[in-house]
Amino acid sequence: MKHYLSSGIAASLLLGSASFAFAASELTIESWRNDDLSIWQETILPAFMKAHPDIKIKFTPTAPVQYNAALNAKLEGGTAGDLITCRPFDGSLDLYSKGYLKNLKGMATLDNFPDSAKGAWSTDDGSATFCVPMAAVIHGFIYNKDAFAEIGVEPPKTQAEFMAVLEKIKEDGNYIPMAMGTLDQWESAAMGYQNIGPMYWKGEEGRKAIVAGTGKLTDEGWVKPFEVLASWGPYLGDGYEAQSYPDSQTLFTLGRAAIYPSGSWEIAGFNRDADFKLGAFRPPLPAEGDSCYISDHTDIGIGLNAASPNAEAAMKFLEWMGTKEFAELYSNAVPGFFSLSKHEISLSDPLADEFISWRKDCQSTNRSAAQIVSRGTPNLWNEMWVVSANVINGKQSPQDAANQLQKGLSSWYEPQMD
Amino acid sequence: MIEVEQDLMVSERKKKPFRWHVLVFLAPAVIVYTMIMILPLAETLRFSFFQRDTTTQVVSFVGFENYIKLFFDPYWVEPFLNSLWNNCYFFLIHMLVQNPIGVLIAALLSMVHLPGKKLYRTAIFMPTLLSFVVVGFVWKLMLSPLWGVSKGLMKSVGLGSWYLPFLGKEETALTTLSLISVWQFIGIPMMLIYAALLSIPDEVIEAAECDGVTGISQFFKIKLVLILPTIGIISILTFVGNFNAFDLIYTTQGPLAGPNFSTDLLGTILYRTFYGQQLQPGDPNMGAAIATVMFFIILTGVAIYLFFIQRKLTRYEM
Repeated sequence: MKHYLSSGIAASLLLGSASFAFAASELTIESWRNDDLSIWQETILPAFMKAHPDIKIKFTPTAPVQYNAALNAKLEGGTAGDLITCRPFDGSLDLYSKGYLKNLKGMATLDNFPDSAKGAWSTDDGSATFCVPMAAVIHGFIYNKDAFAEIGVEPPKTQAEFMAVLEKIKEDGNYIPMAMGTLDQWESAAMGYQNIGPMYWKGEEGRKAIVAGTGKLTDEGWVKPFEVLASWGPYLGDGYEAQSYPDSQTLFTLGRAAIYPSGSWEIAGFNRDADFKLGAFRPPLPAEGDSCYISDHTDIGIGLNAASPNAEAAMKFLEWMGTKEFAELYSNAVPGFFSLSKHEISLSDPLADEFISWRKDCQSTNRSAAQIVSRGTPNLWNEMWVVSANVINGKQSPQDAANQLQKGLSSWYEPQMD
Repeated sequence: MIEVEQDLMVSERKKKPFRWHVLVFLAPAVIVYTMIMILPLAETLRFSFFQRDTTTQVVSFVGFENYIKLFFDPYWVEPFLNSLWNNCYFFLIHMLVQNPIGVLIAALLSMVHLPGKKLYRTAIFMPTLLSFVVVGFVWKLMLSPLWGVSKGLMKSVGLGSWYLPFLGKEETALTTLSLISVWQFIGIPMMLIYAALLSIPDEVIEAAECDGVTGISQFFKIKLVLILPTIGIISILTFVGNFNAFDLIYTTQGPLAGPNFSTDLLGTILYRTFYGQQLQPGDPNMGAAIATVMFFIILTGVAIYLFFIQRKLTRYEM
C-alpha cells in the first residue's frame, strides 16, 4: 500500500513538473474579456508571434463577474498566467500592493502613453506603474443622422447650440430629443455628469485638484455641469424617471430618439441593431472658443505577474503593446475600445474614427470619481449616481447636489477636510 | 414478598444502559442545524466586532466600533433609519392590503357554489411560485412608460391622466413595489386562510344559523374570530419575510434602491455594505454589524408577537 502511495505521489509530482515545464515555453494572458477571445486568437496574437516566432502566447479569459475572484485565487495559489489583464485604479492597485504585479516603471514603451492613461495603473504618488495601458472608452453623443437630416439640424458645437437642437427636435415632435433614463441612476452620472463635466472642470486639471484637495466639488466648474443636466429633463421623453439603461438603448436603436448621450462602448451594439445612419458629436463646449476636454476613461491594461517564470518573454509582449501596430490592430478589432497610446491611428469604423478623432484637439481625462476619491464612505461615485439623477428629476438643485458631494467627500477624505 | 424486594434491588443495581439511539437519531439534525444556522450566526456576530485597516489590510478587533458608527455617524445612521422606516412602511402596506384581500379571496373561494374555483385558486397562487427576478422584470416591463401595458390599460378605463412612471417617482416607488410584493405573495395567506375556513365545523355554522346569525354578520362574528390565529401566523411570517426583503428591490431598482434611496430596505443596505458595488469596496465587517442589527430587529418583532399578541388570541376548540 505504502509503495503504491509513494509511487503515486512521485507520478503526480512528475506530471506536475511536466506541465510546469510545458507552461514555461508558453505565455498565458489572464483576462475577463471573453467576448474578445476570437479577436485575440485570430488577429492580435498571430501578429505578435509572427514578429517573435520564439514566443508562444495563449489568451485564457474568465467570465467578467468571476474574474476578480478567480484571479485572486490563482495568484494566491501561484497558478496565475504570466500576463494579467488589469482593471483600472483600485482593483489592480490592490494586486500591486499585495506584490502580485511587477513595477514596470522605466519601461521604454510606457513613454508612448499620456499621463492620464498611466494614472489608472500607477500608485497614488506616481512612483510605480504596474500595467501597460491598453484601451479606453470615450464619452460623447451618438445621434441619428437620418433624423437630423429630416429635421434639418446640424450636430451642435456649443452648449447653446445643443439646447437649440434639442428644442427643434422637440418642436418637430417625431422624435424624443434624447434617450436617457434616470431609473438606473448610473446613466445620469456616467452618460450625463461625466460626459459633459470635463469641459467645465477642465479635465485632468480639475480632477487632480480634487484629489489634491486644492479644489472643491462646490467650485463653479463642478456645479455648472449639474446646471446643464437640470436643463435636460424636459427633453428626455415621457416617464424617463422609470426608464432603464436597456430601455434607452432600445429607444435609440428603434429610431424613436434622435440623440443618445453615451460612450464609444455602444458602437458595436448600435452598428448591429440600428438600421439608420449613425453619427457622433463630442460634448458641447460651454462657449465658443473654450478649450476642449473629453472623458477618455481608461478601462483595460496588462501587467506582469511578479511570479512569472517567463518575465523576459512577457516583457517583450508588453513592449509590443506600446507600438502603433498593436494600437491599430486592437482598436480596429474591438471598435469602441481605443488604444491609449499617443500614436495617431486610423480606424475603419467611421463612428469609432469620429470618437477617436477628438483626441487630436481635446485633452483626455479620466472619470473624476475613479481614482482615490471613491475609497471611503460615503462613496463619491455612488453619490454622483444619486445626485445626478436627482438633479435631472428636478428633486435637487445643482448647488445642493454639489454641496452634498463635497460634504460627503470631506467627511472621510483627508485632503478635502477643512 | 422477599423475592420481589430482591428483584427490585437487582434492577436498581443494574445500571440503566445509556440510550445511544437517542444521540444517533438526533445527531444529523443537530450537526446540520449547527453548521448551517448556528455557526454562521455566531460567525456573523464575531465578524461584526472586527474591522480591516484600509491601508495595511490587517483585520483587528475593534469592539463595538462598527455599531457605534452605524448608530451615531450621520453617514450611516441616516440611510439606516431611512431603510428601517421604509421597511416598516413596506410591512404596513402588506398588512393593510394583503390580509384583507387574502381573507376576501379565501372567503369567496370557500363559498360552495363558485364555478371555476380551482382555476382561480391556481391562478392566484401562481405568482408565489415565480422567482423574484421574473416578478421584478415582468412588472418593470408592465409599468414601463415606454413599452408597458399599464398606460394603455389605465387609459382604457378612463384613468389615463393618473398614469405616472410609478417606479421612477420617489413618491410612488415604494408603494408600488409593496403592492407588487403583495401580488406575488397573496397566494400563501389565501391558502392558509382558505384551509382555516374549511376546517370550521359545520355544527358551529349551523348553530349560528339557528341563532339567526347569517350572511355578513356570520362571517365577522363567527368565521373571522375563528381564523384570527391563522391571520396572526401569516402576519408574523410576512414580518420576517418583509424585513429580510431584498431581491425585488435589487432587480427593479438596482443596488442603490433609487430614486434617491426611496426604496432602500435593510436588505439592500446590507448588500451594498457587505459586497460593495462599482467603485465602492465591500466592507464585510460593517455588513456583519448591519446583519446582526437586522437579526435583532426581527427577533424583537417575533418575540413581541409570541409573548404579547399570540397569548391574547383566544383559541377555540373546533
